[in-house]
Amino acid sequence: MTVRPVERPRRTFGTQIYLLEVWRGLAITFRHLFVNLGRHALRALGVKTAAPGAVTIQYPEDPAVLGRRARTRHRLLKRGDGAPRCTACLLCETICPAKCIRITAEDAPDPRIEKRAKTFDIDLGLCVFCGYCVEACPVDAIRMDAQDVELSAYTRRDMIWNMPELLGDVPKLPRV
Amino acid sequence: MSLALDQAAWTAAKVVFAIFGFGLGIAGFLGWVERKQSAVMQDRIGANRASIFGFRALGLFHPIADAIKMLTKEDFVPRGADKTLHALAPMISLGAGLFCLAALPFGGTVTALGRAWDLQPIASPVGVPLVLAVLALGAHGIVMAGYASGSGYGLLGALRGAAQMVAYEVCLAASLAGVLFLYGTLDLQEAVLWQVRHGLWGIFVQPLAFLLFLTAGAAATKRAPFDLPEGESEIVGYHVEYSGMKFGMFLMTDFVESIVICGLVTALFLGGWSVPGLNLPGMGALGGLLMAASFSVKVLLLLFLLMQIRWTLPRFRFDQLLDLGWKNLLPLSLLNFLATIWGIYLWR
Ligand code: SF4
Ligand code: SF4
Repeated sequence: MTVRPVERPRRTFGTQIYLLEVWRGLAITFRHLFVNLGRHALRALGVKTAAPGAVTIQYPEDPAVLGRRARTRHRLLKRGDGAPRCTACLLCETICPAKCIRITAEDAPDPRIEKRAKTFDIDLGLCVFCGYCVEACPVDAIRMDAQDVELSAYTRRDMIWNMPELLGDVPKLPRV
Repeated sequence: MSLALDQAAWTAAKVVFAIFGFGLGIAGFLGWVERKQSAVMQDRIGANRASIFGFRALGLFHPIADAIKMLTKEDFVPRGADKTLHALAPMISLGAGLFCLAALPFGGTVTALGRAWDLQPIASPVGVPLVLAVLALGAHGIVMAGYASGSGYGLLGALRGAAQMVAYEVCLAASLAGVLFLYGTLDLQEAVLWQVRHGLWGIFVQPLAFLLFLTAGAAATKRAPFDLPEGESEIVGYHVEYSGMKFGMFLMTDFVESIVICGLVTALFLGGWSVPGLNLPGMGALGGLLMAASFSVKVLLLLFLLMQIRWTLPRFRFDQLLDLGWKNLLPLSLLNFLATIWGIYLWR
Protein backbone atom coordinates (compact mmCIF):
# COMPACT_ATOMS: atom_id res chain seq x y z
CA MET A 1 0.00 0.00 0.00
CA THR A 2 1.34 3.35 -0.91
CA VAL A 3 0.43 6.57 0.74
CA ARG A 4 1.02 9.65 -1.29
CA PRO A 5 1.17 12.70 0.93
CA VAL A 6 -0.45 15.67 -0.72
CA GLU A 7 0.69 18.96 0.61
CA ARG A 8 -2.09 21.34 1.46
CA PRO A 9 -1.78 24.39 -0.75
CA ARG A 10 -0.30 27.14 1.34
CA ARG A 11 -2.02 30.45 1.77
CA THR A 12 0.51 32.97 0.64
CA PHE A 13 0.05 36.67 0.14
CA GLY A 14 -0.15 35.99 -3.58
CA THR A 15 -3.13 33.69 -3.27
CA GLN A 16 -4.74 35.80 -0.57
CA ILE A 17 -5.09 38.91 -2.69
CA TYR A 18 -6.76 36.63 -5.24
CA LEU A 19 -6.14 38.89 -8.22
CA LEU A 20 -3.18 36.80 -9.40
CA GLU A 21 -5.21 33.64 -8.98
CA VAL A 22 -8.01 35.17 -11.02
CA TRP A 23 -5.50 35.83 -13.79
CA ARG A 24 -4.18 32.28 -13.62
CA GLY A 25 -7.70 30.91 -13.86
CA LEU A 26 -8.51 33.24 -16.72
CA ALA A 27 -5.33 32.19 -18.50
CA ILE A 28 -6.49 28.57 -18.43
CA THR A 29 -10.02 29.29 -19.60
CA PHE A 30 -8.86 31.73 -22.27
CA ARG A 31 -6.37 29.16 -23.52
CA HIS A 32 -9.13 26.57 -23.84
CA LEU A 33 -11.42 29.09 -25.50
CA PHE A 34 -8.97 30.18 -28.17
CA VAL A 35 -7.43 26.76 -28.80
CA ASN A 36 -10.90 25.27 -29.24
CA LEU A 37 -12.07 28.16 -31.40
CA GLY A 38 -9.00 27.69 -33.59
CA ARG A 39 -9.68 23.97 -33.91
CA HIS A 40 -13.34 24.56 -34.77
CA ALA A 41 -12.33 27.11 -37.39
CA LEU A 42 -9.64 24.87 -38.92
CA ARG A 43 -11.98 21.88 -39.06
CA ALA A 44 -14.69 23.99 -40.65
CA LEU A 45 -12.15 24.84 -43.34
CA GLY A 46 -11.35 21.19 -43.80
CA VAL A 47 -7.93 21.19 -42.11
CA LYS A 48 -7.31 18.17 -39.91
CA THR A 49 -6.35 19.09 -36.35
CA ALA A 50 -4.72 16.86 -33.76
CA ALA A 51 -7.83 16.91 -31.57
CA PRO A 52 -11.42 18.01 -32.12
CA GLY A 53 -12.54 21.34 -30.69
CA ALA A 54 -15.04 19.66 -28.39
CA VAL A 55 -15.46 16.29 -26.75
CA THR A 56 -19.22 16.37 -27.23
CA ILE A 57 -20.90 13.26 -28.65
CA GLN A 58 -23.87 14.31 -30.78
CA TYR A 59 -25.92 11.61 -29.14
CA PRO A 60 -29.05 10.82 -31.09
CA GLU A 61 -27.11 10.98 -34.39
CA ASP A 62 -23.96 9.33 -33.05
CA PRO A 63 -24.42 6.26 -30.86
CA ALA A 64 -24.02 6.63 -27.12
CA VAL A 65 -20.72 5.36 -25.76
CA LEU A 66 -21.28 2.91 -22.91
CA GLY A 67 -18.74 1.19 -20.73
CA ARG A 68 -18.52 -2.58 -21.22
CA ARG A 69 -19.72 -3.10 -17.65
CA ALA A 70 -22.43 -0.46 -17.75
CA ARG A 71 -25.65 -1.52 -16.07
CA THR A 72 -28.16 -1.47 -18.88
CA ARG A 73 -31.33 -3.34 -19.81
CA HIS A 74 -31.96 -6.86 -18.45
CA ARG A 75 -31.21 -9.89 -20.52
CA LEU A 76 -32.17 -13.54 -19.87
CA LEU A 77 -29.42 -16.05 -20.62
CA LYS A 78 -29.70 -19.46 -22.21
CA ARG A 79 -28.10 -22.80 -21.46
CA GLY A 80 -25.89 -24.64 -23.92
CA ASP A 81 -28.91 -26.44 -25.39
CA GLY A 82 -30.75 -23.17 -26.02
CA ALA A 83 -33.29 -23.42 -23.18
CA PRO A 84 -33.55 -20.48 -20.80
CA ARG A 85 -31.37 -20.88 -17.71
CA CYS A 86 -34.07 -19.54 -15.41
CA THR A 87 -35.40 -22.16 -12.99
CA ALA A 88 -38.32 -20.00 -11.86
CA CYS A 89 -37.05 -19.92 -8.28
CA LEU A 90 -38.62 -16.47 -7.88
CA LEU A 91 -35.64 -15.11 -5.95
CA CYS A 92 -35.41 -12.13 -8.25
CA GLU A 93 -39.13 -11.49 -8.04
CA THR A 94 -38.89 -11.64 -4.26
CA ILE A 95 -35.97 -9.31 -3.87
CA CYS A 96 -37.06 -6.75 -6.42
CA PRO A 97 -37.73 -3.56 -4.47
CA ALA A 98 -39.90 -2.16 -7.24
CA LYS A 99 -41.97 -5.36 -7.51
CA CYS A 100 -41.72 -5.18 -11.27
CA ILE A 101 -40.86 -8.81 -12.08
CA ARG A 102 -43.71 -11.23 -12.65
CA ILE A 103 -42.91 -14.93 -13.21
CA THR A 104 -45.20 -17.89 -13.68
CA ALA A 105 -43.64 -21.33 -13.38
CA GLU A 106 -44.36 -24.64 -15.09
CA ASP A 107 -42.94 -28.14 -14.99
CA ALA A 108 -39.76 -28.59 -16.94
CA PRO A 109 -39.62 -31.52 -19.40
CA ASP A 110 -36.06 -32.29 -18.28
CA PRO A 111 -36.43 -34.55 -15.18
CA ARG A 112 -33.22 -33.17 -13.66
CA ILE A 113 -34.78 -29.71 -13.57
CA GLU A 114 -37.74 -29.10 -11.34
CA LYS A 115 -39.32 -26.00 -12.85
CA ARG A 116 -38.89 -23.51 -15.58
CA ALA A 117 -40.43 -20.13 -16.28
CA LYS A 118 -43.53 -20.11 -18.40
CA THR A 119 -43.75 -16.34 -18.55
CA PHE A 120 -41.22 -13.82 -17.33
CA ASP A 121 -42.22 -10.15 -17.48
CA ILE A 122 -40.23 -7.17 -16.32
CA ASP A 123 -41.98 -3.82 -16.22
CA LEU A 124 -39.15 -1.43 -17.04
CA GLY A 125 -41.47 1.45 -16.33
CA LEU A 126 -41.25 0.49 -12.66
CA CYS A 127 -37.71 -0.91 -12.51
CA VAL A 128 -35.26 1.25 -10.58
CA PHE A 129 -32.20 -0.43 -12.11
CA CYS A 130 -30.84 -1.47 -8.74
CA GLY A 131 -29.43 -4.73 -10.07
CA TYR A 132 -30.63 -6.79 -7.09
CA CYS A 133 -32.27 -9.30 -9.42
CA VAL A 134 -28.90 -10.03 -10.98
CA GLU A 135 -27.30 -10.43 -7.57
CA ALA A 136 -30.05 -12.72 -6.34
CA CYS A 137 -30.14 -15.16 -9.23
CA PRO A 138 -28.47 -18.46 -8.18
CA VAL A 139 -28.02 -19.76 -11.73
CA ASP A 140 -26.82 -16.59 -13.48
CA ALA A 141 -29.94 -16.51 -15.62
CA ILE A 142 -30.44 -12.77 -15.65
CA ARG A 143 -27.94 -10.05 -16.31
CA MET A 144 -28.16 -6.35 -16.94
CA ASP A 145 -25.72 -6.04 -19.80
CA ALA A 146 -27.86 -5.76 -22.92
CA GLN A 147 -25.98 -2.49 -23.75
CA ASP A 148 -29.34 -0.91 -24.42
CA VAL A 149 -30.46 2.28 -22.72
CA GLU A 150 -33.06 3.56 -25.16
CA LEU A 151 -36.07 2.10 -23.39
CA SER A 152 -38.77 4.67 -23.90
CA ALA A 153 -42.20 3.73 -25.20
CA TYR A 154 -45.46 5.50 -25.91
CA THR A 155 -47.62 3.41 -23.61
CA ARG A 156 -47.08 1.90 -20.19
CA ARG A 157 -47.87 -1.54 -21.56
CA ASP A 158 -45.03 -1.25 -24.04
CA MET A 159 -42.62 -0.76 -21.15
CA ILE A 160 -43.23 -4.39 -20.12
CA TRP A 161 -40.74 -6.82 -21.65
CA ASN A 162 -41.78 -10.48 -21.87
CA MET A 163 -39.61 -13.58 -21.91
CA PRO A 164 -38.88 -13.94 -25.67
CA GLU A 165 -37.98 -10.27 -25.81
CA LEU A 166 -35.69 -10.53 -22.81
CA LEU A 167 -34.10 -13.65 -24.29
CA GLY A 168 -33.49 -11.77 -27.49
CA ASP A 169 -35.58 -14.23 -29.53
CA VAL A 170 -37.95 -11.59 -30.87
CA PRO A 171 -37.30 -7.89 -31.25
CA LYS A 172 -39.15 -5.52 -28.98
CA LEU A 173 -41.91 -3.92 -30.99
CA PRO A 174 -44.81 -1.78 -29.83
CA ARG A 175 -47.89 -3.90 -29.32
CA VAL A 176 -50.98 -2.92 -31.26
CA MET B 1 -41.02 71.17 -38.58
CA SER B 2 -40.19 73.44 -35.67
CA LEU B 3 -36.82 73.09 -34.05
CA ALA B 4 -38.20 72.06 -30.65
CA LEU B 5 -40.31 69.29 -32.15
CA ASP B 6 -37.34 68.21 -34.21
CA GLN B 7 -35.24 68.04 -31.08
CA ALA B 8 -37.85 66.00 -29.24
CA ALA B 9 -38.15 63.53 -32.10
CA TRP B 10 -34.36 63.12 -32.26
CA THR B 11 -34.16 62.51 -28.50
CA ALA B 12 -36.97 59.97 -28.67
CA ALA B 13 -35.24 58.20 -31.55
CA LYS B 14 -32.01 58.05 -29.56
CA VAL B 15 -33.71 56.70 -26.46
CA VAL B 16 -35.57 54.06 -28.45
CA PHE B 17 -32.36 53.02 -30.16
CA ALA B 18 -30.42 52.88 -26.88
CA ILE B 19 -33.05 50.77 -25.12
CA PHE B 20 -34.33 48.49 -27.87
CA GLY B 21 -31.52 48.40 -30.38
CA PHE B 22 -28.53 48.53 -28.14
CA GLY B 23 -29.87 47.25 -24.81
CA LEU B 24 -32.32 44.51 -25.65
CA GLY B 25 -30.47 43.62 -28.82
CA ILE B 26 -27.21 43.00 -27.04
CA ALA B 27 -29.00 41.39 -24.10
CA GLY B 28 -30.57 38.83 -26.41
CA PHE B 29 -27.27 38.28 -28.15
CA LEU B 30 -25.57 37.81 -24.77
CA GLY B 31 -27.82 34.84 -24.09
CA TRP B 32 -26.20 33.17 -27.08
CA VAL B 33 -22.68 34.37 -26.19
CA GLU B 34 -23.09 33.04 -22.68
CA ARG B 35 -24.03 29.56 -23.91
CA LYS B 36 -21.44 29.33 -26.64
CA GLN B 37 -18.53 30.93 -24.81
CA SER B 38 -18.96 28.73 -21.76
CA ALA B 39 -19.33 25.71 -24.01
CA VAL B 40 -16.20 26.32 -26.05
CA MET B 41 -14.04 27.05 -23.03
CA GLN B 42 -15.28 23.85 -21.41
CA ASP B 43 -14.51 21.77 -24.54
CA ARG B 44 -18.19 21.42 -25.33
CA ILE B 45 -20.29 22.53 -28.28
CA GLY B 46 -23.22 24.22 -26.60
CA ALA B 47 -26.85 24.64 -27.55
CA ASN B 48 -27.15 24.07 -31.31
CA ARG B 49 -30.50 22.38 -31.90
CA ALA B 50 -32.92 25.27 -32.46
CA SER B 51 -33.41 25.51 -36.19
CA ILE B 52 -35.50 27.39 -38.71
CA PHE B 53 -36.15 25.32 -41.87
CA GLY B 54 -33.23 23.12 -40.92
CA PHE B 55 -30.78 26.00 -40.54
CA ARG B 56 -29.11 26.01 -37.17
CA ALA B 57 -26.82 29.02 -37.57
CA LEU B 58 -24.51 27.96 -34.73
CA GLY B 59 -27.39 28.05 -32.29
CA LEU B 60 -28.14 31.73 -32.93
CA PHE B 61 -31.87 30.96 -32.91
CA HIS B 62 -31.82 29.82 -29.31
CA PRO B 63 -32.49 33.28 -27.84
CA ILE B 64 -35.59 33.46 -30.07
CA ALA B 65 -36.68 30.00 -28.94
CA ASP B 66 -36.08 31.11 -25.35
CA ALA B 67 -38.23 34.18 -25.80
CA ILE B 68 -41.07 32.14 -27.34
CA LYS B 69 -40.85 29.65 -24.50
CA MET B 70 -40.96 32.34 -21.84
CA LEU B 71 -43.86 34.13 -23.49
CA THR B 72 -45.96 30.99 -23.77
CA LYS B 73 -45.22 29.52 -20.35
CA GLU B 74 -47.77 29.64 -17.57
CA ASP B 75 -47.45 32.79 -15.52
CA PHE B 76 -47.65 31.32 -12.06
CA VAL B 77 -48.31 33.40 -8.96
CA PRO B 78 -48.09 31.40 -5.74
CA ARG B 79 -50.84 31.46 -3.14
CA GLY B 80 -49.98 33.91 -0.39
CA ALA B 81 -48.15 36.18 -2.80
CA ASP B 82 -48.89 39.86 -3.10
CA LYS B 83 -50.12 39.97 -6.70
CA THR B 84 -49.43 43.63 -7.39
CA LEU B 85 -45.93 43.69 -5.98
CA HIS B 86 -45.19 40.32 -7.54
CA ALA B 87 -45.96 41.72 -10.98
CA LEU B 88 -44.33 45.10 -10.30
CA ALA B 89 -40.97 43.78 -9.10
CA PRO B 90 -39.49 42.56 -12.42
CA MET B 91 -40.70 45.70 -14.15
CA ILE B 92 -38.90 47.90 -11.65
CA SER B 93 -35.71 45.89 -11.98
CA LEU B 94 -35.73 45.86 -15.77
CA GLY B 95 -37.00 49.41 -16.09
CA ALA B 96 -34.22 50.77 -13.90
CA GLY B 97 -31.61 48.94 -15.94
CA LEU B 98 -33.06 50.09 -19.26
CA PHE B 99 -33.26 53.71 -18.16
CA CYS B 100 -29.54 53.67 -17.37
CA LEU B 101 -28.82 52.61 -20.94
CA ALA B 102 -30.36 55.79 -22.24
CA ALA B 103 -27.95 57.90 -20.21
CA LEU B 104 -24.81 56.37 -21.71
CA PRO B 105 -22.73 58.53 -24.06
CA PHE B 106 -22.89 56.57 -27.32
CA GLY B 107 -21.12 59.42 -29.06
CA GLY B 108 -20.20 63.05 -28.89
CA THR B 109 -21.65 65.90 -30.93
CA VAL B 110 -21.23 65.79 -34.68
CA THR B 111 -22.25 68.28 -37.35
CA ALA B 112 -24.18 66.95 -40.31
CA LEU B 113 -26.92 68.30 -42.60
CA GLY B 114 -26.28 71.78 -41.30
CA ARG B 115 -26.98 71.19 -37.63
CA ALA B 116 -25.34 69.66 -34.56
CA TRP B 117 -26.40 66.18 -33.47
CA ASP B 118 -25.73 65.10 -29.91
CA LEU B 119 -25.49 61.32 -29.84
CA GLN B 120 -26.05 60.90 -26.11
CA PRO B 121 -29.74 60.04 -25.61
CA ILE B 122 -30.19 61.65 -22.18
CA ALA B 123 -27.48 64.20 -21.48
CA SER B 124 -27.26 65.24 -17.87
CA PRO B 125 -24.67 67.27 -15.97
CA VAL B 126 -24.99 64.69 -13.17
CA GLY B 127 -24.84 61.66 -15.41
CA VAL B 128 -22.68 59.42 -13.22
CA PRO B 129 -24.65 59.74 -9.96
CA LEU B 130 -27.85 59.54 -11.97
CA VAL B 131 -26.92 56.22 -13.54
CA LEU B 132 -25.61 54.82 -10.27
CA ALA B 133 -28.74 55.91 -8.40
CA VAL B 134 -31.15 54.43 -10.93
CA LEU B 135 -29.06 51.27 -11.12
CA ALA B 136 -29.36 50.98 -7.35
CA LEU B 137 -33.15 51.28 -7.72
CA GLY B 138 -33.02 47.84 -9.27
CA ALA B 139 -32.36 46.48 -5.78
CA HIS B 140 -35.90 47.54 -4.87
CA GLY B 141 -37.20 45.17 -7.49
CA ILE B 142 -35.20 42.34 -5.93
CA VAL B 143 -36.36 42.97 -2.38
CA MET B 144 -39.90 43.42 -3.62
CA ALA B 145 -39.75 40.16 -5.55
CA GLY B 146 -38.52 38.21 -2.55
CA TYR B 147 -40.99 39.82 -0.19
CA ALA B 148 -43.99 39.55 -2.47
CA SER B 149 -43.59 35.89 -3.44
CA GLY B 150 -44.58 34.72 0.02
CA SER B 151 -41.78 32.17 0.07
CA GLY B 152 -39.00 31.80 2.61
CA TYR B 153 -36.46 30.97 -0.07
CA GLY B 154 -37.37 33.99 -2.09
CA LEU B 155 -37.13 36.21 0.97
CA LEU B 156 -33.70 34.80 1.89
CA GLY B 157 -32.47 35.45 -1.62
CA ALA B 158 -33.85 38.97 -1.49
CA LEU B 159 -32.13 39.65 1.84
CA ARG B 160 -28.85 38.40 0.43
CA GLY B 161 -29.42 40.58 -2.59
CA ALA B 162 -30.13 43.63 -0.46
CA ALA B 163 -27.02 43.13 1.68
CA GLN B 164 -24.90 42.64 -1.42
CA MET B 165 -26.33 45.65 -3.21
CA VAL B 166 -25.73 47.94 -0.25
CA ALA B 167 -22.16 46.70 0.12
CA TYR B 168 -21.30 47.10 -3.53
CA GLU B 169 -23.22 50.24 -4.48
CA VAL B 170 -21.08 52.04 -1.90
CA CYS B 171 -17.89 50.75 -3.48
CA LEU B 172 -19.24 51.48 -6.94
CA ALA B 173 -19.57 55.16 -6.10
CA ALA B 174 -16.48 55.38 -3.89
CA SER B 175 -14.19 53.84 -6.51
CA LEU B 176 -15.31 56.50 -8.97
CA ALA B 177 -14.66 59.40 -6.59
CA GLY B 178 -10.99 59.69 -7.52
CA VAL B 179 -11.43 59.53 -11.26
CA LEU B 180 -14.34 61.98 -11.23
CA PHE B 181 -12.32 64.38 -9.10
CA LEU B 182 -9.59 64.17 -11.70
CA TYR B 183 -11.99 64.81 -14.58
CA GLY B 184 -13.61 67.60 -12.58
CA THR B 185 -17.10 66.66 -13.76
CA LEU B 186 -20.02 64.36 -13.06
CA ASP B 187 -21.12 64.42 -16.67
CA LEU B 188 -20.37 61.23 -18.62
CA GLN B 189 -19.92 63.16 -21.84
CA GLU B 190 -17.51 65.60 -20.20
CA ALA B 191 -15.54 62.67 -18.77
CA VAL B 192 -15.10 61.26 -22.26
CA LEU B 193 -14.13 64.68 -23.59
CA TRP B 194 -11.49 65.04 -20.83
CA GLN B 195 -9.92 61.78 -21.99
CA VAL B 196 -10.08 62.95 -25.60
CA ARG B 197 -8.50 66.33 -24.75
CA HIS B 198 -5.67 64.79 -22.77
CA GLY B 199 -5.24 61.91 -25.19
CA LEU B 200 -5.14 59.61 -22.19
CA TRP B 201 -7.60 56.91 -21.19
CA GLY B 202 -8.78 56.76 -17.60
CA ILE B 203 -7.50 53.22 -17.16
CA PHE B 204 -3.91 54.49 -17.44
CA VAL B 205 -4.46 57.35 -14.99
CA GLN B 206 -6.48 55.35 -12.47
CA PRO B 207 -5.75 51.63 -12.95
CA LEU B 208 -6.74 50.78 -9.38
CA ALA B 209 -10.06 52.56 -9.70
CA PHE B 210 -10.69 50.61 -12.91
CA LEU B 211 -10.13 47.27 -11.16
CA LEU B 212 -12.22 48.26 -8.16
CA PHE B 213 -15.08 49.56 -10.28
CA LEU B 214 -15.08 46.49 -12.49
CA THR B 215 -15.16 44.19 -9.46
CA ALA B 216 -17.89 46.16 -7.71
CA GLY B 217 -19.74 46.40 -11.00
CA ALA B 218 -19.62 42.66 -11.54
CA ALA B 219 -21.03 42.27 -8.05
CA ALA B 220 -23.76 44.81 -8.71
CA THR B 221 -24.95 42.83 -11.72
CA LYS B 222 -25.46 39.76 -9.51
CA ARG B 223 -23.70 37.40 -11.88
CA ALA B 224 -21.19 34.73 -10.87
CA PRO B 225 -18.92 34.80 -8.94
CA PHE B 226 -21.26 37.17 -7.11
CA ASP B 227 -24.57 35.47 -7.88
CA LEU B 228 -25.60 34.76 -4.30
CA PRO B 229 -28.98 36.50 -4.58
CA GLU B 230 -29.82 34.03 -7.34
CA GLY B 231 -27.91 31.02 -6.05
CA GLU B 232 -29.21 28.62 -8.69
CA SER B 233 -27.62 25.56 -7.14
CA GLU B 234 -28.96 26.39 -3.69
CA ILE B 235 -32.55 27.10 -4.78
CA VAL B 236 -32.35 30.26 -2.71
CA GLY B 237 -33.06 33.17 -4.95
CA TYR B 238 -35.33 36.17 -5.05
CA HIS B 239 -36.92 34.84 -8.25
CA VAL B 240 -37.67 31.24 -7.20
CA GLU B 241 -41.40 31.95 -7.39
CA TYR B 242 -41.27 33.50 -10.83
CA SER B 243 -42.03 31.91 -14.15
CA GLY B 244 -42.73 32.88 -17.70
CA MET B 245 -41.94 36.35 -18.93
CA LYS B 246 -41.62 37.79 -15.42
CA PHE B 247 -38.71 35.44 -14.86
CA GLY B 248 -37.43 36.35 -18.30
CA MET B 249 -37.41 39.99 -17.27
CA PHE B 250 -35.22 39.20 -14.28
CA LEU B 251 -32.85 37.30 -16.55
CA MET B 252 -32.79 40.24 -18.94
CA THR B 253 -32.08 42.59 -16.03
CA ASP B 254 -28.81 40.83 -15.31
CA PHE B 255 -27.69 41.25 -18.89
CA VAL B 256 -28.90 44.84 -19.12
CA GLU B 257 -27.12 45.75 -15.90
CA SER B 258 -23.94 44.14 -17.24
CA ILE B 259 -24.25 46.30 -20.33
CA VAL B 260 -24.75 49.41 -18.19
CA ILE B 261 -21.71 48.63 -16.06
CA CYS B 262 -19.61 47.97 -19.16
CA GLY B 263 -20.92 51.19 -20.69
CA LEU B 264 -19.88 53.13 -17.59
CA VAL B 265 -16.43 51.53 -17.59
CA THR B 266 -16.06 52.33 -21.27
CA ALA B 267 -17.08 55.95 -20.79
CA LEU B 268 -14.99 56.58 -17.69
CA PHE B 269 -11.91 54.42 -18.22
CA LEU B 270 -11.64 53.38 -21.86
CA GLY B 271 -12.09 56.70 -23.61
CA GLY B 272 -15.81 56.26 -24.37
CA TRP B 273 -16.56 56.68 -28.06
CA SER B 274 -13.11 57.99 -28.95
CA VAL B 275 -10.64 56.19 -31.17
CA PRO B 276 -6.99 57.13 -30.64
CA GLY B 277 -5.59 59.01 -33.61
CA LEU B 278 -8.97 59.89 -35.16
CA ASN B 279 -10.75 63.21 -34.78
CA LEU B 280 -14.26 61.75 -34.83
CA PRO B 281 -16.28 64.89 -33.92
CA GLY B 282 -14.91 66.59 -37.01
CA MET B 283 -15.92 63.84 -39.42
CA GLY B 284 -19.62 64.53 -39.74
CA ALA B 285 -22.13 61.70 -40.10
CA LEU B 286 -19.41 59.11 -40.64
CA GLY B 287 -17.78 60.25 -37.39
CA GLY B 288 -21.08 59.75 -35.60
CA LEU B 289 -21.39 56.19 -36.88
CA LEU B 290 -17.80 55.44 -35.96
CA MET B 291 -18.38 56.83 -32.45
CA ALA B 292 -21.35 54.53 -31.84
CA ALA B 293 -19.43 51.62 -33.35
CA SER B 294 -16.33 52.23 -31.26
CA PHE B 295 -18.39 52.57 -28.09
CA SER B 296 -20.28 49.34 -28.88
CA VAL B 297 -17.12 47.41 -29.65
CA LYS B 298 -15.53 48.46 -26.37
CA VAL B 299 -18.67 47.50 -24.46
CA LEU B 300 -18.81 44.12 -26.21
CA LEU B 301 -15.16 43.39 -25.44
CA LEU B 302 -15.73 44.20 -21.78
CA LEU B 303 -18.83 42.01 -21.73
CA PHE B 304 -16.72 39.22 -23.23
CA LEU B 305 -14.19 39.64 -20.41
CA LEU B 306 -16.92 39.70 -17.74
CA MET B 307 -18.47 36.60 -19.28
CA GLN B 308 -15.12 34.81 -19.16
CA ILE B 309 -14.70 35.77 -15.50
CA ARG B 310 -18.24 34.60 -14.78
CA TRP B 311 -17.45 31.13 -16.18
CA THR B 312 -14.02 30.91 -14.57
CA LEU B 313 -14.47 31.78 -10.93
CA PRO B 314 -16.49 29.79 -8.40
CA ARG B 315 -19.11 31.55 -6.35
CA PHE B 316 -18.03 33.40 -3.22
CA ARG B 317 -19.27 32.42 0.20
CA PHE B 318 -21.57 35.06 1.61
CA ASP B 319 -19.20 36.23 4.38
CA GLN B 320 -16.35 36.36 1.86
CA LEU B 321 -18.53 38.45 -0.39
CA LEU B 322 -19.30 40.99 2.30
CA ASP B 323 -15.68 40.95 3.50
CA LEU B 324 -14.51 41.70 0.00
CA GLY B 325 -16.94 44.57 -0.31
CA TRP B 326 -16.66 46.28 3.06
CA LYS B 327 -13.13 45.38 4.17
CA ASN B 328 -11.21 45.44 0.90
CA LEU B 329 -12.89 47.28 -1.92
CA LEU B 330 -14.26 50.16 0.14
CA PRO B 331 -11.01 51.03 2.03
CA LEU B 332 -9.03 50.67 -1.19
CA SER B 333 -11.45 52.94 -3.00
CA LEU B 334 -11.17 55.57 -0.29
CA LEU B 335 -7.35 55.29 -0.21
CA ASN B 336 -7.33 55.66 -3.97
CA PHE B 337 -9.47 58.76 -3.63
CA LEU B 338 -7.15 60.27 -1.00
CA ALA B 339 -4.08 59.45 -3.08
CA THR B 340 -5.69 61.07 -6.12
CA ILE B 341 -6.48 64.25 -4.21
CA TRP B 342 -2.93 64.41 -2.86
CA GLY B 343 -1.55 63.71 -6.30
CA ILE B 344 -3.55 66.52 -7.87
CA TYR B 345 -2.64 68.87 -4.98
CA LEU B 346 1.10 68.16 -5.23
CA TRP B 347 1.10 68.28 -9.00
CA ARG B 348 -0.57 71.66 -9.22
S1 SF4 C 1 -33.00 -4.02 -11.35
FE1 SF4 C 1 -33.94 -3.90 -9.33
S2 SF4 C 1 -35.93 -2.97 -9.73
FE2 SF4 C 1 -35.17 -3.65 -11.72
S3 SF4 C 1 -36.04 -5.67 -11.97
FE3 SF4 C 1 -34.01 -5.97 -11.04
S4 SF4 C 1 -34.45 -6.03 -8.82
FE4 SF4 C 1 -36.25 -5.17 -9.81
S1 SF4 D 1 -33.54 -15.53 -9.70
FE1 SF4 D 1 -32.72 -16.30 -11.67
S2 SF4 D 1 -33.46 -18.40 -11.77
FE2 SF4 D 1 -34.59 -17.46 -10.13
S3 SF4 D 1 -36.48 -16.72 -11.16
FE3 SF4 D 1 -35.06 -15.07 -11.21
S4 SF4 D 1 -34.01 -15.24 -13.16
FE4 SF4 D 1 -35.02 -17.20 -12.80
